[in-house]
Amino acid sequence: MPEIREQSDVCVVGAGHAGCEAALACARLGLETVLFTVSVDSIALMPCNPNIGGSSKGHLVRELDALGGEMGKVIDQTFIQSKMLNQSKGPAVHSLRAQADKADYTRKMRQVIENQEHLTVKQAEVCELLAEDNKDENTIAEKRITGLKIATGIVYECKAVILCTGTYLNARCLCGESITYTGPNGLQAATHLTDSLKNLGIEMRRFKTGTPARMDGRSLDYDKMELQRGDERIVPFSFSTDPEEIQIEQVPCYLTYTNEETHKIIRENLDRSPIYAGVIEGTGPRYCPSIEDKVVKFADKSRHQVFIEPEGLHTNEMYVGGMSSSLPEDVQIAMYRTVPGLEHCRIVRNAYAIEYDCINSIQLKSSLEFKKIKGLFSGGQLNGSSGYEEAAAQGLIAGINAAMEIMGKEPLIMDRSESYIGVLIDDLVTKETFEPYRMMTSRAEYRLLLRQDNADLRLRKKGYEAGLVSEKEYRYVCEKEKAIQSEIQRLKKTMVGACKEHQEFLEKHGSAKLRTGTSLAELMCRPELSYDLLKEIDPDREALPSDAIEQVEIEIKYEGYIARQHRQVEQHKKMEYKKIPEQLDYDEIKSLRMEARQKLKIYRPVSVGQASRISGVSPADISVLLVYLEQEKRV
Amino acid sequence: MYKETIAAVATALAQSGISIIRISGDQAVAVADRIFGTKNKRRILEHAESQNIHYGLIYDGEEPVDEVMVSVMKAPRSYTAEDTVEINCHGGILVTNRILEIVLSHGARLAEPGEFTKRAFLNGRIDLSKAEAVMDVIQSDNELALKSSFHQLKGAVFSRVKELREKILYEIAFIESALDDPEHISMEGYEEKLALILEEISGELKKLLDSAGDGRMIKEGIGTVILGKPNAGKSSLLNVLSGEERAIVTDIAGTTRDILEESIRLQHLCLRVKDTAGIRFTEDTVEKIGVERAIQSAKEADLILYVVDASVPLDENDFHILSFIQEKPCVVLLNKTDLPSVVTESVLKDKLRDHRLCLVIKVSLKEKKGMEDLEKAIQKLFFHGEISFENEVYITNIRQKEALQEAYDSVHMVKESVRLAMPEDFYTIDLMNAYACLGKIIGEEVGDDLVNEIFSRFCMGK
Repeated sequence: MPEIREQSDVCVVGAGHAGCEAALACARLGLETVLFTVSVDSIALMPCNPNIGGSSKGHLVRELDALGGEMGKVIDQTFIQSKMLNQSKGPAVHSLRAQADKADYTRKMRQVIENQEHLTVKQAEVCELLAEDNKDENTIAEKRITGLKIATGIVYECKAVILCTGTYLNARCLCGESITYTGPNGLQAATHLTDSLKNLGIEMRRFKTGTPARMDGRSLDYDKMELQRGDERIVPFSFSTDPEEIQIEQVPCYLTYTNEETHKIIRENLDRSPIYAGVIEGTGPRYCPSIEDKVVKFADKSRHQVFIEPEGLHTNEMYVGGMSSSLPEDVQIAMYRTVPGLEHCRIVRNAYAIEYDCINSIQLKSSLEFKKIKGLFSGGQLNGSSGYEEAAAQGLIAGINAAMEIMGKEPLIMDRSESYIGVLIDDLVTKETFEPYRMMTSRAEYRLLLRQDNADLRLRKKGYEAGLVSEKEYRYVCEKEKAIQSEIQRLKKTMVGACKEHQEFLEKHGSAKLRTGTSLAELMCRPELSYDLLKEIDPDREALPSDAIEQVEIEIKYEGYIARQHRQVEQHKKMEYKKIPEQLDYDEIKSLRMEARQKLKIYRPVSVGQASRISGVSPADISVLLVYLEQEKRV
Repeated sequence: MYKETIAAVATALAQSGISIIRISGDQAVAVADRIFGTKNKRRILEHAESQNIHYGLIYDGEEPVDEVMVSVMKAPRSYTAEDTVEINCHGGILVTNRILEIVLSHGARLAEPGEFTKRAFLNGRIDLSKAEAVMDVIQSDNELALKSSFHQLKGAVFSRVKELREKILYEIAFIESALDDPEHISMEGYEEKLALILEEISGELKKLLDSAGDGRMIKEGIGTVILGKPNAGKSSLLNVLSGEERAIVTDIAGTTRDILEESIRLQHLCLRVKDTAGIRFTEDTVEKIGVERAIQSAKEADLILYVVDASVPLDENDFHILSFIQEKPCVVLLNKTDLPSVVTESVLKDKLRDHRLCLVIKVSLKEKKGMEDLEKAIQKLFFHGEISFENEVYITNIRQKEALQEAYDSVHMVKESVRLAMPEDFYTIDLMNAYACLGKIIGEEVGDDLVNEIFSRFCMGK
């Protein structure tokens, strides 16, 4: 057979949430990009829960959007219910979550992909990566990517490959004794690529995750469940979406509970669960345990919540949140039918666990490029993360950085103090994870500054500099920032006297009377008062857009805490700015303890700050490293 | 990070004539100015010229603490090339320490091991050729500090800190899991519950802080273990030292099976002495356990007193002991010298010739002879060589007290946040800091504790 060779700049392997963002970013930056998928019909598929966002994941989507990603825009057009979580708590943990119309989401994203200039979709299984020895002596990379080969034998030559293979590598699905060698939803698994990755010297892992059953909605009795409605006022994910355009009629979800009867059935059939029978080799995530895990590990709980959520507007299928399982289907039917409202349920798709190959993510740089292979990037579940949002965020960064490398520009490195995306990637490359990694708000040490409401202020500039955010969008944020700062200054300077009018105002709102004059800003700090209420005694106020007002309010109300976090960030940044040369020979530094030296050689941190987060590297080792770097600098 | 102002005792902490406390950093002069003044309490350092020395008093509030000489060296003309103040005070552990603590409560933090040298280097004060040496100093100072710090805490303090830490972590994990999964975990009524828990934690921390002030937090004295084969005279040594009949002394070998601990003053020294079971190869299960414990204690000890029966030849039991006392400061007591001797000093010295920190003396415990020699030997091992035991103990204590104070302050901040009805996610900022500080006291890092606690304690959704 004559060898056919195609040419492009970038090849993206996998068209899930990571692959879509990666491919769009590269193509939008003008690079010829090919996006490979085992099934064009499964582009941007949501094989598990029908939601986008949620605690800390909502932050990721907003950040992604601020940087010029696509997920936020698509969900804004395809959601059927929306909620801002944690509204009663501080602004840092408010988080947006939307129910998606799954089919609509997939269709919409596919349209965007198919209409994107410089982007070609190709249905094929990628079997092999092609690489040559790296001749560039300025990096530690041993190899350089040159292209890839698909199952039919065609070779695609390119300058960079981005792997976004999700849960497809050597995937197998388990439901009791029934095992099928497929990816999610019965889709074809990718069975060749793992070997090719191993041949390139990449260390692989095996993880597992699971999904609950989907029910025929007509077989459920909603009267026995609690109604769960969306918010009255819907907040969009994307900073480019006009809120007025998305105040749609929403679809409800439902809440019900398991009971002792459910748990009894599960306990009696544990021996038939592949996990408890030892059939599953992969490590599952502790944060989304299967119902059998919940029953075993939290034996004292007499019931667990079950959320019934629609999968879309044009289907009867309902997702049974909280009851993922790998028990045999006959046990599934019995157990689901003990739940109030599910007594007569008919299962459309059974629950199952899925095992797949992924990489040990400490092999990556913060740019998501493999340390040892120039031009090879990866994002999403292949990196050991879980979740659509985590995947999309990594896909975007991998895409941008593949493009930057080809264009000979500096990579976009996200810092922990600037974004959740930074936390996510830094954790992946500096902490060895032994289970799928999920974003959590507690992982972000500077979360008071990393709010979902200010993602645009934090990241628009980076998106603009990368070339994915338009001039107009960037200018808008600059103006907004200016307006916020000048309004904060005005509120701090504007004094309020203890006159009769003001005292009456305060009394009316249940607030303590003034003894001396004070500033408007001081008054705003009182929990019972707000920017809006103060309008009455603030006649000189000029009209501000509501998103700017929100910032003014937060900045003033939480000023003390925010200032403290800024000081912590300053400390943090001092160490992040101390860069470590990629080719540093750690064996040269005799005073490093053996353990530290070995860890540093494996991880090759980019900065002293990153080095300090590697377990096994002590503060004294960091001091030694600082002295050594200073010595090098002076030579 | 190295802009913070740091302080530490620059001389060896011992009963010497003069001690020097060094303060370095942007705020060095300001810090010293807050606590130093002339007899009529005039502040003079702010306008003092560089490389000058001043006479005056150190004040703790209104109370004069010591007469001192204070020298001011402005950047870059100092060891660290930063503004530096050196307080020359009267030597003596208590005074020196008190002054250091006053300095630390007025805006400086305790220097890390090797930090002055590190700064000197990073600021270009030490030339390049010495970089290797600087790195070695940092690493070895740190190892010494680590080695001596955590096991000096009293067992009760250690477990109390650990318990408090676990309590705090549980609360953080609860709050965080509720923030991460608000639909599964509710925080209704939590504020009141937390307020009570905080009250309790802060009370416990206060108690610990009070006891840290008078040094009750750390074990006093040099951790000492008495070793020897059965019937060599170990229990007799303990009895001579304590002046009381504590251990059972018989002629039957193997009578001491448990480990007794005794706090003993030997003139100027304070020892915490453990008597152990005699070390011999045995089939008796109870005795075997005793022997294993003795070996374990020897590993943890600061000092080993090895009692040898001079009237009988060295046997395999002695060789066994000799094999694991290497590297530890050790005094060998050649006992029963009232009887005809079989084992001589020179034989033992030869066996221990590779041991750098070992002295051999002759005693007769039955006649209570040789105790002055023992004291001299210990003095020599601990206060003239490289090891300064007391120094490490006090530094450890100050470092731990600093961390304890910060933990206490953090818990107080959480109480404030609760009182001001701040949202719950604000609580965890300071709770986490308290958790990290308490970790420093017992030598534990934060790592993935929180994430693990969340997953193991609370059932997350999906």
